[in-house]
Amino acid sequence: MSTSSSAPAGTPQLLTLRGINKSFGAVAALMDIELDIAQGEVVAIVGDNGAGKSTLVKVLSGVHAPDSGTITFEGQDVSISSPAAAQHLGIATVFQDLALCDNLTVVDNLFLGRELSPLRLNEVDMEVRSWELLKQLSAKIPSVRTQIASLSGGQRQTVAIARSLLGDPKIVILDEPTAALGVAQTAEVLNLVERLRERGHGVIMISHNMADVQAVADRVVVLRLGRNNGDFRVGDVSTEELIAAITGASDNVVSRRSAARSTSEETHAS
Amino acid sequence: MTTKAQPAPSALALDLQDERLQDRTGLRGQYKAFLDRTRSGDLGVLPVIGGLILIWAVLQILNPIFLSPANLVNLTMESSAVGIIALGIVAVLLVAQIDLSVGSVSGLAAAVVAVTSVNMGWPVWLVILATIALGAVIGWLYGQIFNRFGVPSFVVTLAGLLGFLGLQLYTLGAKGSINLPFDSPLVYFAQLAFVPVWLSYVLAAAAAASLFTTDYFHARARQHAGLSAMSLQNIALRAGLLLAALGVTVWYLNQGRGVGWMFVLFIVLTLVLNYMLKRTQWGRFVYAVGGNPEAARRAGINVRAIYTSVFITCSTLAAVGGLLGAARLAAANQGSGTGDVNLNAIAAAVIGGTSLFGGRGSAFAAILGIIVIQSISSGLTLLNLDSSFRFMVTGVVLLLAVTLDSVARRSRTSHGKA
Repeated sequence: MSTSSSAPAGTPQLLTLRGINKSFGAVAALMDIELDIAQGEVVAIVGDNGAGKSTLVKVLSGVHAPDSGTITFEGQDVSISSPAAAQHLGIATVFQDLALCDNLTVVDNLFLGRELSPLRLNEVDMEVRSWELLKQLSAKIPSVRTQIASLSGGQRQTVAIARSLLGDPKIVILDEPTAALGVAQTAEVLNLVERLRERGHGVIMISHNMADVQAVADRVVVLRLGRNNGDFRVGDVSTEELIAAITGASDNVVSRRSAARSTSEETHAS
Repeated sequence: MTTKAQPAPSALALDLQDERLQDRTGLRGQYKAFLDRTRSGDLGVLPVIGGLILIWAVLQILNPIFLSPANLVNLTMESSAVGIIALGIVAVLLVAQIDLSVGSVSGLAAAVVAVTSVNMGWPVWLVILATIALGAVIGWLYGQIFNRFGVPSFVVTLAGLLGFLGLQLYTLGAKGSINLPFDSPLVYFAQLAFVPVWLSYVLAAAAAASLFTTDYFHARARQHAGLSAMSLQNIALRAGLLLAALGVTVWYLNQGRGVGWMFVLFIVLTLVLNYMLKRTQWGRFVYAVGGNPEAARRAGINVRAIYTSVFITCSTLAAVGGLLGAARLAAANQGSGTGDVNLNAIAAAVIGGTSLFGGRGSAFAAILGIIVIQSISSGLTLLNLDSSFRFMVTGVVLLLAVTLDSVARRSRTSHGKA
């Protein structure tokens, strides 16, 4: 299993995790997790339900503090004690549950926590910048002065991703970014991820969708039952190998099924 | 999206380019938007205004003195102290919490005012400063208990209701009542200080003029940035309507004793709170915490600090209300801040349209709500009905307001609004 050696040669490591542990009561959610992200690298984290993906994201974004382990950001040991601390470091997170305020408008949500001129809010500049940002993402939002409550799931996802980009973060964490999106919007998000890579951001993407992962990621880190279970470069790995790592064995219901299908196809072909 | 017969998008403002948007510009568009909002359960101030007209009509029929200038002047003066307390309740309700102790805190403040100014002879400015500090400390204390131990706010403040009532009685001592001298500036301010007639019209005109300039510069800034903006005629109409409304009110009140400075203070505090809530980052955070505390926390907002600041705001305004109440009565006694003060302040905020579920409402709710409450109280007093009826009627009105809030909330949910 390769770790830091898999990063592209010459690019500095942005974020390094070593020996991260986190348990909730008797349940160990993360055990001895290692993770590296370099500048301009898209790392996909995959794993079954309960593998610890979301917990890892929460550790990185300051929602949960790890029980033990070290986090190194740009070569310095750091502790991410709060969401504000994560933002300050330059780690922006788009959560699966999006964390938007239903009673506020799109503009209010985009700029929540970093409003322009705090003592006399500059609504005009915030609205103009919101439109520019949403245009860059080709977002289909009819009005930025509507409340979040009246938007569809895909529109909310777009707002949440747009918000994470406002602070010009070094690392963007996307938790299931394409789960609620239509075909065109999924493609837009994947394009967006590639644009982030070009600009030198590190991207951590959590996904269940192997097609999305293989389309956009540089590396795939597999978690299983709270442990590292593989770290692959996307070019070197097949979907079957990934699924084997995710489920923990090559002999399981998924691989047996695909094996049975491929043998039947071969017999049909011959 | 095809390229057929579409108006050139560049000709439209940046925020009106989406083809799904219906035309909501101009007066006709605004009227349509208003209908949309009302139908979807976003009632705004509509129920309060309707209720107020109904209550005034009934009470005027029952007793022709009710709408006389003298009685309305009295109504504004009686509204001010409790209205200021209700402002604080609005802030607390916006973060989906409650403060049940505002009555006791105002009573304690009244007692402190009386003891410090009469028994100890402190100068007025020091008395006012001490009262404000007292309120701030109490609010800070609530915030600490709420944040650190996670005690629900209604329990913390219920304890405060009892505790500070006790402290009030202790402070007043064995006699239980202290009169403020009539030559005290506080008493003068609360009972006899009225705005000169010419100045009252100047203030009304200044208010309309400032609304016009704010709207005008805002519209111009939006136009420069390529956004849609209110038309000049629209801005002028708004300012004109405000001028007419204020002008008629001031003229009518001037037929009696006029506009009291204490009522002006209440309006100024309302405007300040409105600015804080709508135009500053703090206010945005308050609405965010009320709407979704977890989202606010993840946006990097110090949610605990927001809770504490809101509790401080509420208790401080309650203390100021208590000070004005004592000044108006020219006394502090064991009854100060007890009885219906608590309920009236909370009822005013809710009747005015502040949601009990957090994240919805405005500072103006306090003015509208307290005028409804005081109208009922004053009307029933004029009818020689005692407080038993007043409590029952106020209770029914409060229940109606909360029911309306809950029903409107359900309708908003089904129309995709928070």
